Amino acid sequence: MATVAERAKDLVKVDRRDGKLALAHIYVAFIALAIGGLCGLLQTLVRSGTFTLPWGIGYYQILTVHGVLLGLVLTTYFIFGFQIAAVSRTSGTLTDKQRMLGWVGFWVMTIGTIASATMVLLNQASVLYTFYAPLQAHWIFYAGLALVIVGSWIGGAGQIGKYIEWRKANPGQSSPLLTFMVVVNLSMWIVCSLGVAVEVLFQLLPWSLGWVDKVDVLLSRTLFWYFGHPLVYFWLLPAYMVWYVVIPKVIGGKIFSDALARLSFMLFLLFSIPVGFHHQLVEPGISSFWKFLQVVLTLMVVIPSLLTAFSMFATFEIRGRALGGKGILGWFKKLPWGDARFLVPFIGMAAFIPAGAGGIINASHQMNQLVHNTIWVTGHFHLTVATTVVLTFFGAAYWLIPHLTGRVLTKQMNKLAIIQAIVWAFGMSIMSGAMHIVGLFGAPRRSDFSTYGGSAQAAEWIPYQIAQAVGGTILFIGIVLVLYIVANLLWFAPKGETEFPVGEISENAEKTPMALENWKIWLTICIALILFAYTVPVIDMIQNAPPGSKGFKLW
Amino acid sequence: MHIHKYEKWWLTFGISSLVLFLVVVGFSAFHYGSHPPSAKVYVDPERVDEIAPFNNPGVHKVEGKDWDYEVVFVASAFYYNPPEIEVPLGSTVKFIATTKDVVHGFQAAGTNINMILEPGYVSEYITTVDKAGEYLILCNEYCGVGHSSMTSMLKVVE
Repeated sequence: MATVAERAKDLVKVDRRDGKLALAHIYVAFIALAIGGLCGLLQTLVRSGTFTLPWGIGYYQILTVHGVLLGLVLTTYFIFGFQIAAVSRTSGTLTDKQRMLGWVGFWVMTIGTIASATMVLLNQASVLYTFYAPLQAHWIFYAGLALVIVGSWIGGAGQIGKYIEWRKANPGQSSPLLTFMVVVNLSMWIVCSLGVAVEVLFQLLPWSLGWVDKVDVLLSRTLFWYFGHPLVYFWLLPAYMVWYVVIPKVIGGKIFSDALARLSFMLFLLFSIPVGFHHQLVEPGISSFWKFLQVVLTLMVVIPSLLTAFSMFATFEIRGRALGGKGILGWFKKLPWGDARFLVPFIGMAAFIPAGAGGIINASHQMNQLVHNTIWVTGHFHLTVATTVVLTFFGAAYWLIPHLTGRVLTKQMNKLAIIQAIVWAFGMSIMSGAMHIVGLFGAPRRSDFSTYGGSAQAAEWIPYQIAQAVGGTILFIGIVLVLYIVANLLWFAPKGETEFPVGEISENAEKTPMALENWKIWLTICIALILFAYTVPVIDMIQNAPPGSKGFKLW
Repeated sequence: MHIHKYEKWWLTFGISSLVLFLVVVGFSAFHYGSHPPSAKVYVDPERVDEIAPFNNPGVHKVEGKDWDYEVVFVASAFYYNPPEIEVPLGSTVKFIATTKDVVHGFQAAGTNINMILEPGYVSEYITTVDKAGEYLILCNEYCGVGHSSMTSMLKVVE
C-alpha cells in the first residue's frame, strides 16, 4: 500500500508558470508534426511515380521541410517541453530567472526556425537538413540555424540552473534521477552542438554572405557529423528517461536500479560524440585507421543499450510477478496492455530491437559500403527516431499534456491512442520494411522519382516505392489521429487531475555511488575521448586541405 | 556498485559478442585489407579537366600493378563522364573518381562499389568484378535538382 507521503508525492504538480513554458514548446512540436508529416506523405507519393507536386513545388524543397521540421523542430521542441516539465516536477519550481532563460531560449529558437523555414519555402535553401557544402543556401537560412542552436543553449541553461541550485541546497545527496538525466542530455547537446555552431558561424555564414570565397568541404562535413550523431542520442535519451523513470510508475512497479540508470546515461555521454566518422565511412581524406577507431567507439553504445534493455525487462518481470504472473512468460501477460501510457512506448521499445541491429550494420566499417546513402538508411532512422522515439513521445504526451492543461485522458481517447500506435506500427512496418529491402538492392535515399534512364535494376525498385507510399499513407492517418488526440487534450478533454508519473527506486536497489554525479570525472573522460578520436585526423584534414570550394545553387 | 547476477551474465554475454564482432570486423579490415574507400589524394576542383588522370576519363588497361584496369570517372552536376564503361569479368579494377562541383555519390547498385566524391579529393576503390551483368551507377548524395537523373552504367562482360 502506498503511504500517505507517497500519495502526496504523486500529486506534485508542475507549477502553472513552468507548465505554460513547457506547453509553448509542445505546441510548436505538434505544429511541426502536422506540416512535416504532410510533406512526408507527399514525398512517398511522388516517389511511387504516380503523383506530381503542384504549383512548381520541388521534391527537394518538401524533403528539406520534412527533414528540418520532423528531425530538428518536432524533436527539439518536444524534448525541451518535456525536460522543463521534468525538472520542475522533480527538482521544484523554476526560479523567475531560470524560467526567463527558458522563454528567451524559446523565442530565439522560434525566430531562428521561422527565418530558416521561410528561406526553405522561398526555395532559397533546398539543401536538406544536412546542408552539405558546397551547395550554398541563402545566408538567412544559416543565420536561422545559428539562432536555433544558441536559443537551445539559453533554454538549456535555465534547466541546468535548477539542477545546480538543487545540488547546492542538498549537499552530499544524489539529485533527482529525472533531473540528472536531463542534465546529462543537455551536457551532451552543448558539447556536440559546438561543432555545428563552429561550422555555421565560422564556415557557412561568412561564405554565404560573400565575406570569404571558399569553404573547406571535408572539414564542414566532419564538424556536422561531430554534431549529427550525438543529435540522434539527444532524441533518444528523453525516450530513455520515460522508459527508466515514468514507465515503472505507470505499470505500478519500481525503478530497478538508480545507479544503473545513471551509469547508462553517463556511458551515453561518453560514447555519443567521438563517433561521427561512422557517417563518413566512404569519404576520401580520412584514413581508414581513424574511421575504424571511431567504429569501435560507436559500438560501445551497445553496452548502455544492454543495461537499459535489462533494467526495463527486470522492472516488467518484477511487476508482472507481483501481480501473480507465473512461469517463464506468465508475468508478461499481466502488464497493463490496455494503458496507452504503457503500450505506446512499449511498441517503440520493441521497434528498437530491429532498429538497433540495423544501426550496428550501418556503423560496421566496410559493411557500410553496401548500404551507405541507400534508402536502407532512411528505413533505419524511421525505426529509431520515427518509431522508437516518436511513439515514446506520443505516449508521454498522453499524460504530460493533460497534466499541464489540468485535464484528463478519457477512456475513448486512451483507446484511440492505442489504435494510433497500432496504425503507426503497421504503416511503419510496410514503409520501413520496403525501404530496408530495396536499399539492399541499391535504391538511393533522398532522390526524386526516376527510372534512371530505363535501367532494369531501377525498374525492380518501383514496387517497393509503391509499398512505401502505402505505408506512408497509413502513417499519415496515424499523424491525423495523434493530432486529434493532442487537440483534445489541449482544449476539449474534461477538466481534472492527471498525474506526472515519476517512479520510486526499488527498495532492493543499492545506494547510488556519488561518483556517478561527479561531473569533473565524466566530462574530463568525455573531452579526452573526443580529443583522442578527432585531433589527429582533423589536423591532418586542415594541413592537407585541397583548395576550397565556391558555392553552388543547383536546385 | 552491486550488479544483479543475471545482469552480470547478460552483460558478459553481450560484451563478449560485441568484442568478437569487433575482432571479426577489425581482422577483415587490417588483415585482409577490406577497408572502406579512404584515399588521401588531392586535386584542385577547378582544374580537374587539366589534371591526370582526370584529363582522360574512361577504362585504362594497366600493367605491373595489383589491378588490371583503372577506371577514371569525373562527376559534375548532373553527369558522369564516361556515361558507360565495360570491363571484362574477373578483372581487378581500380575506380578513381572525383567531382568538379558539389559533393556527389558514386554507387554501382547491387555491388559494394559505393563512394562519396568531394571537391578537392580523389576517391578510390579497388575491387574484383566477379559477376557479369549491367550495374547502374548512380548519384546517392543529393546534389541538386537533377540529382536523380545522374547515371552511368558499369557493364561486366564475359
